[in-house]
Amino acid sequence: MTTRVFEKWYREDRLPHIFCTGCGNGTVMNCAIKAVDTMQWEIDDTVFISGIGCSSRAPGYISTDSLHTTHGRALTFATGVKMANPDLNVVVFTGDGDLSAIGGNHFIHACRRNIDMTVICMNNMIYGMTGGQGSPCTPAGKISTTTPYGATEPTFDLAGLAVAAGANHVARWTSYHTKELTKAIETGLSTEGLSFIEAMVQCPTAYGRRNKLRNAIDMVEWMRTHSILLQKARRLEAEGKPIPEDHFTVGEFVNRHRPAMGVKR
Amino acid sequence: MRHEILFSGFGGQGVILSAVILGRAAALYGNKYAVQTQTYGPEARGGASMSADVIDDEPILYPKITSPDIYVIMSQQGFDKYGADAPEDALMLVDSELVRSRPECTCIEIPATTEAKENLGRVIVANIVMLGALVTATGVVSEDAIERAVLDSVPKGTEDLNLAALHRGFELGRQ
Amino acid sequence: MQGNRACCEGALAAGCNFFGGYPITPSTEIAELMALKLPKRGGTFIQMEDELGSMGSIIGASWTGARSMTATSGPGFSLMMENIGYAVMTETPCVVVNIQRGGPSTGQPTMSAQGDMMQCRFGSHGDMATIAVVPSTVQEMYELTAKAFNLADRFRVPTFVMSDETIGHMREKIVIPDKVDIVPRKPLLEGKLPFEPDEDGVPGFAQFGSGHRVHVTGLTHDERGYPDTTDPEVHEKLVKRLYNKVESKRHEIADYDAVNTEAETVFITYGPCARTVRQVLHDHPGECIGHLNLRIVWPFPEDTMKLFTNAKTFIVPELNLGQMVREVARHTTGEKVVSMPKIGGHIHTPAELYRAVEAER
Repeated sequence: MTTRVFEKWYREDRLPHIFCTGCGNGTVMNCAIKAVDTMQWEIDDTVFISGIGCSSRAPGYISTDSLHTTHGRALTFATGVKMANPDLNVVVFTGDGDLSAIGGNHFIHACRRNIDMTVICMNNMIYGMTGGQGSPCTPAGKISTTTPYGATEPTFDLAGLAVAAGANHVARWTSYHTKELTKAIETGLSTEGLSFIEAMVQCPTAYGRRNKLRNAIDMVEWMRTHSILLQKARRLEAEGKPIPEDHFTVGEFVNRHRPAMGVKR
Repeated sequence: MRHEILFSGFGGQGVILSAVILGRAAALYGNKYAVQTQTYGPEARGGASMSADVIDDEPILYPKITSPDIYVIMSQQGFDKYGADAPEDALMLVDSELVRSRPECTCIEIPATTEAKENLGRVIVANIVMLGALVTATGVVSEDAIERAVLDSVPKGTEDLNLAALHRGFELGRQ
Repeated sequence: MQGNRACCEGALAAGCNFFGGYPITPSTEIAELMALKLPKRGGTFIQMEDELGSMGSIIGASWTGARSMTATSGPGFSLMMENIGYAVMTETPCVVVNIQRGGPSTGQPTMSAQGDMMQCRFGSHGDMATIAVVPSTVQEMYELTAKAFNLADRFRVPTFVMSDETIGHMREKIVIPDKVDIVPRKPLLEGKLPFEPDEDGVPGFAQFGSGHRVHVTGLTHDERGYPDTTDPEVHEKLVKRLYNKVESKRHEIADYDAVNTEAETVFITYGPCARTVRQVLHDHPGECIGHLNLRIVWPFPEDTMKLFTNAKTFIVPELNLGQMVREVARHTTGEKVVSMPKIGGHIHTPAELYRAVEAER
């Protein structure tokens, strides 16, 4: 069954892909494809759109119509596609640099408009394709080629940003939590309005190598041990207890029914 | 014959609309050619705004005014900026309440703002009073044409007020 | 009718059904009118968060088959450059209206200029060819905007309406034709690859949702649309085709008026400067003064200059410090070229231009 799903949705003639050994992007793609297939969407009614970066190469491997656009601007192209033809299903793949740095303003406004699409951000906490520069999501103290003494800027909470800006559905999982991630994407695909799924992924090449998480397993293990369920975090907060340092929350942040734009006619 | 008409006043008085209405009267109801242009700054209100019409029996090639033969000046600042150098053979209509200076050319004083405020009840129609006066004083378009153009251009529900202003202007321009 | 309104009416007559824009003086009336009119016709208007977004949205819309457009002025045009290059590389038809104002930077928002003529041709990075139409009357604003959609679809290239504040804000009477010719983009035929060109150098269009499963990327790509960024031959073949599909047709695309072709002194104009030259010719009927007015400046139709077989001097008035004059000079065969630059916001007066004629006697 699974093999047939992948044969159907991937472009075999584009293999091998360019992702590094141990990269988490492929896992997120697989989760997304499983979710799309579960929705019984048609290949010819679905469009994958992306910006620039490792994550943004994903649509090129998927057999639907796809738009690999400019750095940070994927959501503006997706807005055009979806508003011009709401009958198309639109999924956007993006990364932390693409979405939150150069594309930050488009991100905020796409959430505010609450356009009916699903945005999946592969957050590897680094600029992978250009060789490991710091991004707005590089954690404090972590090493990148542009934060050689450790990152000093505060990070963006992308899921929190999407909630504040108005997206109807927001969730965060990691490439370790494949079942939860797939389920969250499924919920996103079936939600009217903008669904934002932040998928933390390992990048052993550009991030792990500089931060004592040299192999993929170490990084996945780090994500497993440093993720904390939203419910638990809220309980700790209610009890006045701090969330342990270096930890991040996972779970469903919001699922609501604000008016949406570009909904299928 | 080519006429160049310059309107100036402060932003919000409707000097651009005046030129649009006059141009419309000439082009759509006067069987003439007309081009309307304007110069404006960043202010939506205040400042010295200027708009202009070129009206001709032939197609208009050069669209801007070079030496206006008719001036409609509705503020002192507008006079200083656009009216002070008017050539001697030009004709100028000034709003007698708002413009202190007088030009060397023939000048017709129209108490448009006073009329609009005191007799018509709305200062906003001062520009329409000026337009009426302009038409009877110069004959650049017919009374019928300007009346139709005014009715085309003003908000619904204000037709009577604007027509009253226009007709009062006709009278002031004839005097 | 105002020039900016004529732009909208021309676009709507040509079937424009998607507008993504951002307010900027002196182009804003176009967005306002589109916001008013498009929804009533089943089209889509969206006000984006900036001009980067405007350009992205119209490219996305175009891939669903929409006739899409945006309108802006200098600062916004600068922001659009990145995605304009993307539209060139991905062969996305779209129309970009630039109601030019004084620059650089914020410059003179309410004044007229033609300072972006080179930017629309060379402003985005990399080698490319684009099409630019320039109206000199409100009537032409209507007609050329409509034509821009056909050119964009035929050549699959972003097409610019390079107007300016003078024409955009000018009101004059226009005659709206009963109908405007609409030449739709040709669809991708069965058995053809999505970026495999036909004989005219232009591939058929693989509209999203039509089952072609096309991959569109701004990366150098092969005829399947797949990235191939390191093979020099693939890049050369693609970029040369994108360039030549427009440039090789420049004489066919050309749209111009040539008056008094026997003259020795010839004005070459585009946009509002044509009006001043026409006035000069009208005021001096006994003198043989030539006038070439270009309604399409890019690709530059240099053969039109050869119509003036006795030409000794070409005078090029423009509302910048001399941009298209360089293109004129590049194509002369011994004729003198006089640049008549003017900046500050006003167009040349007839007297100014006539003095230039007298100086050539």
